[in-house]
Amino acid sequence: MENYIVAMVTFAGIYGIMALGLNVIWGMAGMINLGLVGFFAFGAYTTTLLTKNLGLPIGLGMAAAFAATAVAGVGVALITGRMRGDYLAIVTLGFSETVRIGASNEIWLTNGTDGISGIPGPWRGEVTPETFNLIYLGIVSAFVLVIFTVMQRVRHAPLGRVLRAIRDDDQVTAVAGKNVIMHKAKAFALGAGVLGLAGAIYAHYVSYIAPDGFVPLITIYIVLALTAGGTGNNVGAVVGALLVVFFMESTRFLTEVVPGLEAVQYAALREMLIGGSLIAILHFRPTGLFPERIVRHEPAKEGQKS
Amino acid sequence: MFAEVAQLIVNGTVAGTILAVPAIGFTAIYGVLRFPNFTVASHATIGAFAGYVANVQFGVPAWGAVAFAFLIAGISGVLTDEFLLKPLRKTGPLTTAIASVALVIVLENVVRFFFGNDLRGYDLPIFRDWQVVGIRIGPQQVENMVIAVIAMAILFLFLTFTRMGKAMRAVADNPMLASIKGINADTVGRLVSFVGMGLAGLGGMLIGLDTSIDPLTGFRAILPIFAAAVVGGLGSIPGAVVGALTVGIGEELSILALGPEYRSVFGFFAILFVLLFRPRGLLGERAY
Repeated sequence: MENYIVAMVTFAGIYGIMALGLNVIWGMAGMINLGLVGFFAFGAYTTTLLTKNLGLPIGLGMAAAFAATAVAGVGVALITGRMRGDYLAIVTLGFSETVRIGASNEIWLTNGTDGISGIPGPWRGEVTPETFNLIYLGIVSAFVLVIFTVMQRVRHAPLGRVLRAIRDDDQVTAVAGKNVIMHKAKAFALGAGVLGLAGAIYAHYVSYIAPDGFVPLITIYIVLALTAGGTGNNVGAVVGALLVVFFMESTRFLTEVVPGLEAVQYAALREMLIGGSLIAILHFRPTGLFPERIVRHEPAKEGQKS
Repeated sequence: MFAEVAQLIVNGTVAGTILAVPAIGFTAIYGVLRFPNFTVASHATIGAFAGYVANVQFGVPAWGAVAFAFLIAGISGVLTDEFLLKPLRKTGPLTTAIASVALVIVLENVVRFFFGNDLRGYDLPIFRDWQVVGIRIGPQQVENMVIAVIAMAILFLFLTFTRMGKAMRAVADNPMLASIKGINADTVGRLVSFVGMGLAGLGGMLIGLDTSIDPLTGFRAILPIFAAAVVGGLGSIPGAVVGALTVGIGEELSILALGPEYRSVFGFFAILFVLLFRPRGLLGERAY
């Protein structure tokens, strides 16, 4: 039971990191990303190829995953930067499908649909699996803390203010002399990078990745986490991720509530519940549990923090 | 070499004509309701399974079962839009787009709940492929293509000559002007959801007739559908046809240059290429 809880909290942490990444893109800058699982997968494969195939250290693999995914994010943001958000929706969803199809077909690189196993993890094999899980929970928690702090800084920094201005009205922001496209690209780079990093953290934890693990349902999990927690709010992102994992796990008890179905029907019911709850939240509480508070930045006075 | 290229072009034309059907559905809904309704994916699946039930369980031949596919997918499209997506549209097209992705998951799993994950095939008479000057083509392919062309012809007649069809084009062109002229945007919205998702369902069945179907049939087609719509110009119905043929033939010809494994990502690179060099698509964004 302890193992189970440790694993679930670790997953919640990874989802929390993804929700924080999505929050920069969608919550702060108002740019849609319906293919975030593609960025997650991109990061996971980047670090896997570097650490398993080339034998680089894990830390370097994670950094490379962040950087490579950020670059992919910049590309997507720049190409669609001048167009309405609908195009970004289509291109990001297309990106995640492309990553999945690419990972399935580039067998020489990714071993195709069989996936890659034996991805190294910190001290894996040197300690008992239970200890490894605890160590990894510590690592994930540290990442959540650091990324959360960085994101809070970003939110209150000039960058965060410009991003929220772009979200609320990009024309006014442009008239105010801000380079809208560059700021959008920065937000997308940062958010996508964090998503890629989350993918790397995931890969080193589970030690096995395959294209089947990167389905659009994961995108729904994270959007659900952020929306339930409170779009635009970093606290909401992390709490939302915990709630989503808790919710997903509690749907496992469906077997007791509705007995007598086949396994595939239970799986279908769970996915329906998850998709359905996102639609319900969008209808009934679109601001989430912790609505974004409007931060007013008064001109700084003496001895007062803004 | 010539025969090989010609064969690929024939295959691509057949695939592109079939792809045009759901692409028109996607682009028409975008043109009128101004948001990308990703449930084209799940409605393609729903249509494929509705046609399957008609074909395999009730013994309706394929050319009749497609009408059933159209009807069921269209009804599901209208109902889901009316109750789940329409109330969200006032909060913005992006929120609605997110909800539509969640809806894709829900609908796909409704199909999975009843039919499971197994691959299913339609009950089709088996014919030998025809050979014309060294090019092979299957009678079923021809039938699918004819069904697609008939569906598109009916749509064009509807849009050109009927009052509702003209109203639809008017709303797509200029919603404010249309409402001043007394066109009820709600009615037009329901109509476009019905026709658009119906076409998605019909297209899903046509795609399935060629191979087999499972709950992911529609989602697998989503990349080429997007590509067809964006390449042709999002919101433009003739554009979707041109885009679908471009994508269909392009996918096949890319086999020559890059090998078959890149075929399915051709659509994505077509999207990027068009957005970089001709952001409004080949035919622009005018609806008709």
